[in-house]
Amino acid sequence: MIDLLTIFVLAAFVGFEVVSKVSTILHTPLMSGANAIHGVILVGAILITGAAEGAVQLVLGLLAVFLATVNVVGGFVVTDRMLEMFKGHKR
Amino acid sequence: MSAQLAYLVAALCFLLALKGLSTPRFARAGNLLGAAGMVLAVVTAFVQGAVHNGLWILVAIALGAVVAVPAARSVKMTAIPQMVALFNGVGGAAAALVALAEFHDGGPLLFRIATVLTVLIGSGSFSGSLVTFAKLQEIMTTRPVVLPAGRVLSIGVVAVSLVLAVAVLATSSTALLVALTVAGLLLGIAFVLPVGGADVPIAISLLNAFTGLAVAASGYVLANTLLIVAGTLVGASGTLLTRMMAQAMGRPLTNILFGAFTATAVQVRG
Repeated sequence: MIDLLTIFVLAAFVGFEVVSKVSTILHTPLMSGANAIHGVILVGAILITGAAEGAVQLVLGLLAVFLATVNVVGGFVVTDRMLEMFKGHKR
Repeated sequence: MSAQLAYLVAALCFLLALKGLSTPRFARAGNLLGAAGMVLAVVTAFVQGAVHNGLWILVAIALGAVVAVPAARSVKMTAIPQMVALFNGVGGAAAALVALAEFHDGGPLLFRIATVLTVLIGSGSFSGSLVTFAKLQEIMTTRPVVLPAGRVLSIGVVAVSLVLAVAVLATSSTALLVALTVAGLLLGIAFVLPVGGADVPIAISLLNAFTGLAVAASGYVLANTLLIVAGTLVGASGTLLTRMMAQAMGRPLTNILFGAFTATAVQVRG
């Protein structure tokens, strides 16, 4: 369990560090891209549905898979559309 | 073992994606790299974990894609922030559902703490995001909504959530966990209602960071390092990004964070 906590603390520092120099025009695309990345909960949803015992767990799991997919797919597509707009005026 | 390796590669992709998204030149490539990492992670999870119900899982994924792609492609540029809010909300809901489904009466204390956090933050992020969506879509007023007894209600919801959280930790009761989900939904609404107009995108960014933390907590529930790393990356970078957005717009962050507790019924805003 302490291993997992170590990973958490290190990832938190990396997370702070990696976006510390973002330019203002990229605030919204970055938020949207990060939004797509937390759709990785889809991995968790697949794992619990794959091991589901009983109808309740199966239904909850499948609903989670559906919602997480919307998060992932929608997130990446909408971010790409936003960045498409910047094509014309790169700095 | 090979699954762990694939998760490591995916985590690196996410990290580089955030890095790329921070610079105009590499933003688009970063986003694509993030998507590639996600495909790798999902395929790995499917191969490793979809022992049962494989077909059902594929159907649910296909349905999600069928809903999300047209929505993301057809949305007007001006309506993108509320679309992001919606995608963020369903992610929070998915995290809460994962923790609810994985909770069968008990487990070690740390496991229960992680479950409680995932359910509370995930459901709060879901309902809060729905409210921000309704505000930006102008389904409801964009002005700050301050109920007559809003402050008392907000404090009440926080108190009830805390009591329920402790009760779940003590009793491991599934019924109480469901009650905590409802409390989390109310908490999200109470948090976002007093946020108005220009502050709403900042609130969305904060909810985005919260969903990241819920995903990280769900990583403890499932003992999955990729969920912990990716969720924490989003939680940390999202928190910092929220602060930078607030600074760029010249809005004090405390208004958003504590609006539910400091807002009074008669509010004058400049």
